[in-house]
Amino acid sequence: MKLLQRWKVVPDSDDSVIEQLRERLSNLRIRDVWEFFIERLIWLSGISMIVIVALIFLFLLREGSAAFLDIPLRQLFGRRWYPIEGIFGIWPLIVGSILVTAGAIAIAIPLGLITAIYIGEIAPDWQRDLLKPIIEVLAGIPSIVLGFLGWIALAPLIQRLGAPTGLTIFTGSLILAYMSLPTIISISEDALYAVPKSYRNGALAIGATQWQTIWRVVLPAARSGLVIAIMLGIGRAIGETMAVMLVTGNAANIPDLTPGLIFQPARTMTATIAAEMGEVAQGSLHYSVLFGIGIILFVITFAINSIASRLVGVQEAGQRQKRG
Amino acid sequence: MSRQQAQKVVVAIITAVAALVVIPIILVIAFIVIQGIGAISWEFLTTMPRNGMREGGIMPAILGTVLLTFGTFIACIPLAIGTAIYLAEYAGENRLTRWVRLAIVNLAGIPSIVYGLFGLGAFVLFMKLGTSIIAGSLTLGIMTLPVVISTAEEAILAVPQRFRVVSLSLGATRWQTIRHQVLPHALPGILTGVILGLSRAAGETAPLLFTVAAFYLPDLPASLFDQTMALPYHLYVISTQVPDMPVSIQYGTALVLLLFVLSLTLVAAIVRTRMRRRREW
Repeated sequence: MKLLQRWKVVPDSDDSVIEQLRERLSNLRIRDVWEFFIERLIWLSGISMIVIVALIFLFLLREGSAAFLDIPLRQLFGRRWYPIEGIFGIWPLIVGSILVTAGAIAIAIPLGLITAIYIGEIAPDWQRDLLKPIIEVLAGIPSIVLGFLGWIALAPLIQRLGAPTGLTIFTGSLILAYMSLPTIISISEDALYAVPKSYRNGALAIGATQWQTIWRVVLPAARSGLVIAIMLGIGRAIGETMAVMLVTGNAANIPDLTPGLIFQPARTMTATIAAEMGEVAQGSLHYSVLFGIGIILFVITFAINSIASRLVGVQEAGQRQKRG
Repeated sequence: MSRQQAQKVVVAIITAVAALVVIPIILVIAFIVIQGIGAISWEFLTTMPRNGMREGGIMPAILGTVLLTFGTFIACIPLAIGTAIYLAEYAGENRLTRWVRLAIVNLAGIPSIVYGLFGLGAFVLFMKLGTSIIAGSLTLGIMTLPVVISTAEEAILAVPQRFRVVSLSLGATRWQTIRHQVLPHALPGILTGVILGLSRAAGETAPLLFTVAAFYLPDLPASLFDQTMALPYHLYVISTQVPDMPVSIQYGTALVLLLFVLSLTLVAAIVRTRMRRRREW
C-alpha cells in the first residue's frame, strides 16, 4: 500500500479506497486457498473409488487368503463340503452357482431381449411410458421379498408339478431370471436406441417389413450392446444371495446328471457365505474359506464387469468411427 | 407364409413375451398387498414384537431400517457428490479417469454378500466398530456409491454449458461456478439418484447379516454403536428361522418393506418429473 501511495497510483488522502483494495486482496487470497483446497478434495473423492475397490479386495485377502494357503488346492476344489468334519471342498458350491445362474440366464435372455425389442421398437408411446416404470418397480423389489414369495408361494406350486421338493435349482433360476431382467432390459434397450434411425428408414424404404428390419438390421447393429446386457445380467445373477438362499434348498451336493437335474436342490456360493458366516469362529479355517469364496465371487464379477466396460469402450469407439 | 404374415405372427409373439414379463410383476405386487394388508394396523407398526415375534408389531425393525437408511445417506453423500463433480467437471480424457470409471463399474457389480464380508473385515473387526448401526451404514453407504454417482454425474452434465461460460466470464472461479451455477440446477437430478440409491440400500439384507442386524432385541438401540433389527433381515428371520410363525405377520412385514422401498422409488420419480417440467433450458 505504501508503495502504491508513493507511486501516486492511489491518492494519499483517500483512505477508504485503500481499505477497499486491501480487503479485496485479502479476500482473494482466502478465495484462492479455498478453491485450491476444495479442488483437491474433489480430486481425492474421485481417486477414492479406486482405493475403495482395492481396499475391498485387500480386506477379503486379509481374512480369506489362509483358505488358499492352508488347504491344498486339490482339496479346496474337492467334491465334498462338510465343514463340521473340516472338509472344505467348494466344488459343489461352484457347480450350484453355475447351474442356478445358467438356468436364470437361459430364461432371462429370451424374455429380456424380446421385451427390450417390444419396448424399443414395437410398443406405442403410451405403452412405453407404462412399461418402463413397471420394469423399474421390479428392479426396486427387495430380493428378500422375492425370496420370501418364492419360498412361501412358488415352491409349493413347483412341488405340485411333480418335483420331490419345491426348493430346487429351477425355482432359484426362475426368481433370479426376473431379478436380472431389469438390468438386461434397460441395457439392451439403450443399445437398440443407439442404432441410428437412418438404418431403420433405409431398410423400410427398400421394402423390408418391420420384423425383417429388426432382425436383419437393428439387432446386428446393436449386437455388442446386447452382449454387454447379457454379461451384466449374468453378473447380477451370480451375486444374488437372499432369494437364492431361500428357494434352492441349500443342499451342498453335486446334483446328478439326469434329465431331472433342474428339479434337484443345490446350494450356491453366495448362500453358503450368508448361511454359515454367523456360526463360525473368527479366524477359524471355516471362516477363512467363507472369505475365500468371497474372493472367488469378487474375481468373477470383477472380470465380467471389466470385460463388459472394455466392450462398451470398443463400442463407443466404433460409433465414433462411424460418425467420423 | 408371406412376409407380411410373418411380421404379424412375430409381433404377436413378441407382445406375448413382453406380457409374460410384465404381468408377473403386477401379480407379485398385488399378491403381497392382498395377503399383507390385513396384518397392518397401528399396533403392528408401532409396538414391539411379543411372544418370540409371533405376536405384536415390527416397530423396532422399521425404526432400524429408517436409521440405517439415514446412516447410508450420511455415509455415501460426500464421496458420491465429490466423485460426480470430479467426473463431470474436472476429469480429463486420461488413464486416471478411465481407472476411476472402471472402479465405479466394478463397485456396482460386486455382489451384496461380498460387501457384507468387506464390512465385517473392515468396519466390524479392523476398525473395531463391532456389529453396529455405524458399521452397517458405512457398508451400505459404499454399496450405494455407484448408483448415486452415475445419476449425479448425468444431472451435472445436463446443465447447459453456457451457464458455466457466463459465470466464468463474469470472473467467477471454477469452484464458484460449480457451487453457485451448476449444482443448484443439477440438484433435483442428484436428489433423484440419492433417493434411488437409498431405496436399494433399504431393501438389502445380505450386507446387514454380519455388520449390524440382530435376530431379536428386547430394547431399541441406544447409540450408533448398538446393533439394530432391520426390516429385510426381520423378514428373513421370521420366514425361515422361527417355527410356527403366523403367515399374516410374514406377509405384513413383506408389505411394509415393499411399501417403504417403493415409496422412496416413487418420490424419486416425482422429483424427476417435476424437475423436467420446471427446467428452463
